[in-house]
Amino acid sequence: MEDGIVLTMRGISISFPGVKALNNVDFTLRKGEIHALMGENGAGKSTLIKVLTGVYEKDAGSICIEGCPGEAHIHSPQQAQNIGISTVYQEITLCPNLTVAENLFIGRTGGSVVHWKEYEKRATEILENLGIPARAKQELSRCSLAVQQMVAIARAVDMNCKVLILDEPTSSLDDKEVAMLFRLMRDLKARGVGIIFVTHFLEQVYEVSDRITVLRNGELVGEYPVSQLPQVELVAKMMGKSLDDLAELERIGQKSAASEETVYEAEDLSSSECRPFDFSIRRGEVNGFTGLLGSGRSESVRAIFGADQVTGGQIRMNGKSVRISKPHDAIRNGIGYLPENRRRDGIIADLSVRENIILALQVIRGMNHPISRADAEAFADEYIEALQIKTASKETPIRSLSGGNQQKVILARWLLTHPQYLILDEPTRGIDVGTKLEIQKLVLKLAEEGMSITFISSEIEEMLRTCSRLIVMRDRKIVGELTGDDLTQAQVMKTIAGGEQAE
Amino acid sequence: MKQNRKTSSGLGQLLIPLVALGILIVFNIFRDISFFSIGMRVNNAGNIVLTGNLISIIDSASELAIIAMGMTLVTAACGGQDISVGAVGAIAGAVFVKVLQGMGAITIGSVILAFVLCCLATIVFKLFNGTLVAVFKIQPMIATLILYSCARSIAYWINGDATPQLKSSIISSIGKTIPGIPVPTPIFAVILVGLLLFLIFKFTSLRLYIQSVGINQGAARLNGMNPIMIKLICFILLGVCVSVASLIGVCRLGQLNHKTLLVDIEMDAILAVAIGGNSLGGGRFKLSGSILGAYIIQMLTTTLYAMNVAPVNVKAYKAIVIIIIVVAGSPVVKNKLTALWKRLRPVPVPEGAEKEG
Amino acid sequence: MKEKRKGFALGRREPLTDTQMLMFISIGIFAAMYIGAMLTLGGGFLKPQMIFDLLNDNAALIIISCALTIVMIGGGINISVGGVIGLTVMSCALFLNNNGIESAFLSILLTFLLALGIGLGFGLLQGFLVSHLEIQPFIVTLAGMFLARGLTTILSVNPVKVTNEGFLALVSTKLKISWLGYVAQNGNLIPAKIEIGAVVAVAVVFLMFLLLRYTKLGRGIYAVGGNRQSALMLGINVKNTIFWSYVISGLLSGLAGFVFLMHKPAGNASVAMRSEMDAIASSIIGGTLLTGGVGGVIGTFFGTMILATIQKIIALSPLNASWWQEMANGAMLSFFILLQSVVLMRKNRSGSRKRKGPDGKKKKTEDPAAQSGSS
Repeated sequence: MEDGIVLTMRGISISFPGVKALNNVDFTLRKGEIHALMGENGAGKSTLIKVLTGVYEKDAGSICIEGCPGEAHIHSPQQAQNIGISTVYQEITLCPNLTVAENLFIGRTGGSVVHWKEYEKRATEILENLGIPARAKQELSRCSLAVQQMVAIARAVDMNCKVLILDEPTSSLDDKEVAMLFRLMRDLKARGVGIIFVTHFLEQVYEVSDRITVLRNGELVGEYPVSQLPQVELVAKMMGKSLDDLAELERIGQKSAASEETVYEAEDLSSSECRPFDFSIRRGEVNGFTGLLGSGRSESVRAIFGADQVTGGQIRMNGKSVRISKPHDAIRNGIGYLPENRRRDGIIADLSVRENIILALQVIRGMNHPISRADAEAFADEYIEALQIKTASKETPIRSLSGGNQQKVILARWLLTHPQYLILDEPTRGIDVGTKLEIQKLVLKLAEEGMSITFISSEIEEMLRTCSRLIVMRDRKIVGELTGDDLTQAQVMKTIAGGEQAE
Repeated sequence: MKQNRKTSSGLGQLLIPLVALGILIVFNIFRDISFFSIGMRVNNAGNIVLTGNLISIIDSASELAIIAMGMTLVTAACGGQDISVGAVGAIAGAVFVKVLQGMGAITIGSVILAFVLCCLATIVFKLFNGTLVAVFKIQPMIATLILYSCARSIAYWINGDATPQLKSSIISSIGKTIPGIPVPTPIFAVILVGLLLFLIFKFTSLRLYIQSVGINQGAARLNGMNPIMIKLICFILLGVCVSVASLIGVCRLGQLNHKTLLVDIEMDAILAVAIGGNSLGGGRFKLSGSILGAYIIQMLTTTLYAMNVAPVNVKAYKAIVIIIIVVAGSPVVKNKLTALWKRLRPVPVPEGAEKEG
Repeated sequence: MKEKRKGFALGRREPLTDTQMLMFISIGIFAAMYIGAMLTLGGGFLKPQMIFDLLNDNAALIIISCALTIVMIGGGINISVGGVIGLTVMSCALFLNNNGIESAFLSILLTFLLALGIGLGFGLLQGFLVSHLEIQPFIVTLAGMFLARGLTTILSVNPVKVTNEGFLALVSTKLKISWLGYVAQNGNLIPAKIEIGAVVAVAVVFLMFLLLRYTKLGRGIYAVGGNRQSALMLGINVKNTIFWSYVISGLLSGLAGFVFLMHKPAGNASVAMRSEMDAIASSIIGGTLLTGGVGGVIGTFFGTMILATIQKIIALSPLNASWWQEMANGAMLSFFILLQSVVLMRKNRSGSRKRKGPDGKKKKTEDPAAQSGSS
């Protein structure tokens, strides 16, 4: 192995039923380097990391790690840890009800009696050494999230890791906390730890990393030193378009001209999770919220639907003032919402496909007017047919369907309510290309029939193909609105990346 | 995987309770076929009534079956159990007797009024439980521990220490048999409550709501449901079930003893729910399973009595049967058996074999 | 968030953890209640003997409350403790009366081992069913309770009075501390009396405190109760931890049975009936949450003492009646449950505020199959 290299992954491939998740991906990590791993949803970042930490078994390829002669065989996170690969996840995998010192040492102490005095002393040393502003005896849940994150890192470092994987460590932190975390990362870097940094925040990548590897659709796009890859180019690489290639993709169909009639209008709408914003949509219009993950696009539509606690704003539907403070209000006013996290917010896992399809319509009709079994079955059959949902039967529990088909069931649920305004948050995530196209076509068809649709996707091409207006968000603020001739890859990327940096 | 899918829907859930019931029946056939004989006799009041072990099983399981139905709903929506049903049942009985005594003569009208008032009182107490669970998000078992520990005292407070007697043909008609009808009345009460719930589920979509809230509360809310409301409705229905069971319990004996009315029924009711194949963690439910569970428990008890096991000793045997049933129904055991089956040869399955997620 | 920043300043005392806060509340309430009783009721409450009486009468309850606390911290429940006491008391009473062993010491020693053996048996069985077969603890221990109660009546339906003289001598053995005694009206000094059981109970509380605080197993129980998934990631053997928590719980129940017999040397089918609920109530009042991860035996000790004090106060007050006592218990329980609910809600709210940041996180919760498995 070359000097100064701690980790090499060569030709890594892995497939899941129906999808090639990683195809011949290489990755190299050097000693004392912060290496950003970038890519949009489904690019394969998490899969690559899970292969490295032994959660998934790779189909092909080799992993070599410094100090380990020959190929490293990693079959479990425990094994990965033993050969020096530690991961710190965004969700803290520590015990909040134990002290900092305990979290640092629990599970790796010998003997049955624990000499906490001694461990507390060692913990204090470690914390001081790494400059982590926590005390050994402090209960972990009393520490800020950033400090908890840092304690997790300290645990990893104390276990002599050579490769430290930070999986979106900053997404829940505020600026000061991020700065604190970065100090620690630079410190570790100086000690020769190789750090893999997964994040969605471009600015942070440029602030702290030395090198960037970009993945897209399970394939390696390239590895670049930070200084040689301007921000706008990085966006282009992540989105899969080179800057020179600005040719518009062929539109699937003519975008339907929206009528002048405004269906939904919000003024100063804000929720517990997003800042006040104005928004309106016309009948038959397809618009989109775009921006990278974490830009606030999902929070905005959740506010429209009343999914988070609405804290202010006026809403008018068809010119009439209405109050939407909870999802039930939104549904009654003819708004549908396909949530971003299908598993957590969308499906009722143990219920059948039929029950999942009629759920929203049933709520609109009210508890006292049940949909008859015959009607329900007819509806289910109709939509299973119309959306080509692949299921053993309409009585199959939805949890046993594949992701794409689960998504179609949720889509069917909302279509059945014939909403005036349908919000689709990442409807195409984790879905194969064919289904993606189907959904895009469906969106255009529905718009032609007069439905207003908000479409959110991490894939900009999809948005350009379907939307006639794009609202661009960055750092939880609306930073631009693009229509007509501005709807080009280049313009969207520039707006996302921020006008100044693009120059 | 496939096997699990099958058992989680359709008849699968009822498989283990049905097998358990079947084994009990077969066991009794071999033990003593006369166990199943049904006869007619004239009771003390001069009515012709059906007798026999089967009738007595179905009759005496009535309170349990009714409360098990209510318990199933609360379990499904809240993912936890109400352990105060017996104690609140004592309050229901106390209110019922107090009202009847306050009105003097026992007429059909006064019985109905007394029952309605006792129903309302029970619902108030169940709403107290429900509010703690749904609004304050306290675990059901803890929230209901409060009334478990003090409801019988409230019953005492309502009615004093005496064990008031209710002597009336109306009371015995409710608790035992109606003259001219040989089938014990409590059986009709089970059918009535079952029918009531059936009709509610038929003419509203409450079942869908309860299951959705029990499986994924967050998603249910995003689909416009109100989880707090659904949970409260379940507690109200449980309250109705408790008051009916309490009515039967009081009328059966013709007296109120706040210390023994429906005592320990909460444990049996929870068992009935579990034996019926319903998850104690909430979600999908089958009322028929819980009713079946209640009859299995009673059948087991009666069988043991018939084998001359002293009533106080029944618990020990019951415990063993319960352990067998829940072990047979546990996913870990199921998966290990499946894995074992798949290997064709009975090789021991390694520790940490794959589990259902 | 701001408050938390303040916490970084070094040299500041650690803020109270939830465990400590709930514990101090219950200690405070116990003290207030006891002092209140001293001022209003006077009499017995002014004598140190009252404290010892509370301990003497509730030694077994203190021990099973500890048994429950340990299981509850691990996120489980054990409602068989009362049944195991009943079974132990009955078996030990029968054994003492019928063993025919000459040596009193040997007889008592064997009885003691029998008590522990019964508890251990229940602990091992229930622990196995809960941890390795993953059956709901409520159902497992409910069945355990039924089994214990049923076995008790199978052994004997009638009450069994212990006649073994050696054991009765042990029962009447009391520590006498004269300087804590008081002078009776006739001028005689009556020393304070402490039963062996009370000493055992206090020792158990202390040992369990050490176990939970200073052993790998104890901290593991907290970790598992706090977050099972994290505990697994931190390299803790979750199944074994849960298993041993039930074994300890069973062992303590057996010990509690022996202590009970030392207090009241007679077996009876209704011994310690429904005491499991008192034990749960004690744990909750002492600040242990049923959701796991929070609590401790010191709090539980005071929780039991609170219940015992209520009992004593009502017994000495004009309201002397069992229903008043139950109502007071209910009221006390409601108060603590609501208090804990507030504590938990405050914690959850700050938790959700912290975690519901940008949507980047939600991606991670998506499972691999949903991310890639479409067809």
